[in-house]
Amino acid sequence: MNDTTSEPQRRTIERYTANERTNHWFVAIAFVLSAISGLALFHPALYWLSALLGGGTWTRILHPFLGVVMAIGFALLAAALWKFNKMEPRDWQWLRQGRDVVNNREDRLPEVGRFNAGQKLLFFVLVVSILGLLLSGIVLWRQFFSIYFSLGVIRVAAVVHAVCAFVLICAIVVHIYAGIWVKGSIAAMTRGTVTPGWAWKHHRAWLREKLHATHPRPRSD
Amino acid sequence: MALQSLDIVRRSATTTAPPSVREPHTGTVAKLIDTTKCIGCKACQVACMEWNDLRDDIGTNVGGYQNPHDLTDQSWTLMRFAEYENPDKGNDLEWLIRKDGCMHCADPGCLKACPAPGAIVQYANGIVDFHEENCIGCGYCIAGCPFNIPRISKRDHKAYKCTLCSDRVAVGLEPACIKSCPTGALVWGTKEEMHQHAAERVEDLKSRGFDRAGLYDPPGVGGTHVMYVLHHADRPQLYNDLPEDPHISPAVSVWKGATKPLALAGIVLTALAGFFHYIRVGRNETHESDERAAARETEHVRHE
Repeated sequence: MNDTTSEPQRRTIERYTANERTNHWFVAIAFVLSAISGLALFHPALYWLSALLGGGTWTRILHPFLGVVMAIGFALLAAALWKFNKMEPRDWQWLRQGRDVVNNREDRLPEVGRFNAGQKLLFFVLVVSILGLLLSGIVLWRQFFSIYFSLGVIRVAAVVHAVCAFVLICAIVVHIYAGIWVKGSIAAMTRGTVTPGWAWKHHRAWLREKLHATHPRPRSD
Repeated sequence: MALQSLDIVRRSATTTAPPSVREPHTGTVAKLIDTTKCIGCKACQVACMEWNDLRDDIGTNVGGYQNPHDLTDQSWTLMRFAEYENPDKGNDLEWLIRKDGCMHCADPGCLKACPAPGAIVQYANGIVDFHEENCIGCGYCIAGCPFNIPRISKRDHKAYKCTLCSDRVAVGLEPACIKSCPTGALVWGTKEEMHQHAAERVEDLKSRGFDRAGLYDPPGVGGTHVMYVLHHADRPQLYNDLPEDPHISPAVSVWKGATKPLALAGIVLTALAGFFHYIRVGRNETHESDERAAARETEHVRHE
């Protein structure tokens, strides 16, 4: 017996740490429950979703707590990933070539760091919409906070809450689809790793950074 | 079903047509509150408590006759007292007393805002009623109401307000407050009859020097099934801020109007766009050539 396997084990690259993955899926679960309960109260056609949370009254009770849990979880995730989501000049070029993006012509796009411009845009849409939901949601939280606000403020908060929720849900639909579309992305968030080829194709600048970090250039002097 | 008086013409959070074959040929009902005849005795408040089995907490006296201070889940009607010094009559003091409570709008903002199916209904006779067993306690009705009437109970977190004694009206009785009024300030009948009665009252008041007397039946909410005769119909705000031109807030109309179908359609279209992108363009996969390129890059960096 020797300790070499017949096929060389393909090396993988860590994309998300266990903590990042846990945080992501914590927020994802809180989002799904918040969205189900929120949609149940938003449109009569979806009121049946309230059954999934134990009926209308339980939906009303749980929804704001679920929203706050989501906002806190997201704040932690956003703080950890903030520095990777700053827009750079090459990101604007990436966005201008949106047609190449959606048609799988990545070879024509500028090199991408840890996150591409679409992911960065999503990041900031999530930051703004979740902040809007949190602030307007506090105003609408009848049981504890609504008495501190005038009827005019409550009415505007209801509109803000609905608009932010719409933007958030659409953004997450796009986010989920992107995961289904770009193969290997879901494994990145479940196993935490990607293959070098995946990184080369989708996040080449990030791969180079990673390689240089593990194989630092020898000093010239 | 033989309960025509309980026919529901509008039901909260319901998108299909309610039973609408039977129409009330005798017309809808209305309560007329003649503020010019009211002496502020509060018999109507007591009658409301008795009939509806309500007992509010004993409050504190703040130097006025208004008691309790505001509508609550236990006080569905309330005499609001305003002291007005009329400059046109040498600053004569006028005691403007208005029996406040649900106005039973023809176009009810509470019902429009309610997300719980069947928690708020409008009967064919015009009464807007809360069915608390379906209420989930969100308080949207409070945001929807142009008159600031519904109140959420701290005990069960459900919304309560005047029912216009829908249970009494259903069996041919007048509301409890009407029965108790000693001066005839509260009158009950069909909306048409109440319009006629109010017209007589307004004519009488004008002959007595109240030039601006009139009926309060605000068109902004489609008219109401509780109406006021006011000595100063040109300035309803004098009566403890009775709104001059009440209507459902534009914010509520947007939130509960176009936003609902458009947002739902937007979400569905976003998902469909994704699905058809997958069908037309297809998955974005990593190939063996990418792995080889990555391996070359790795070697390159290692030997730099």
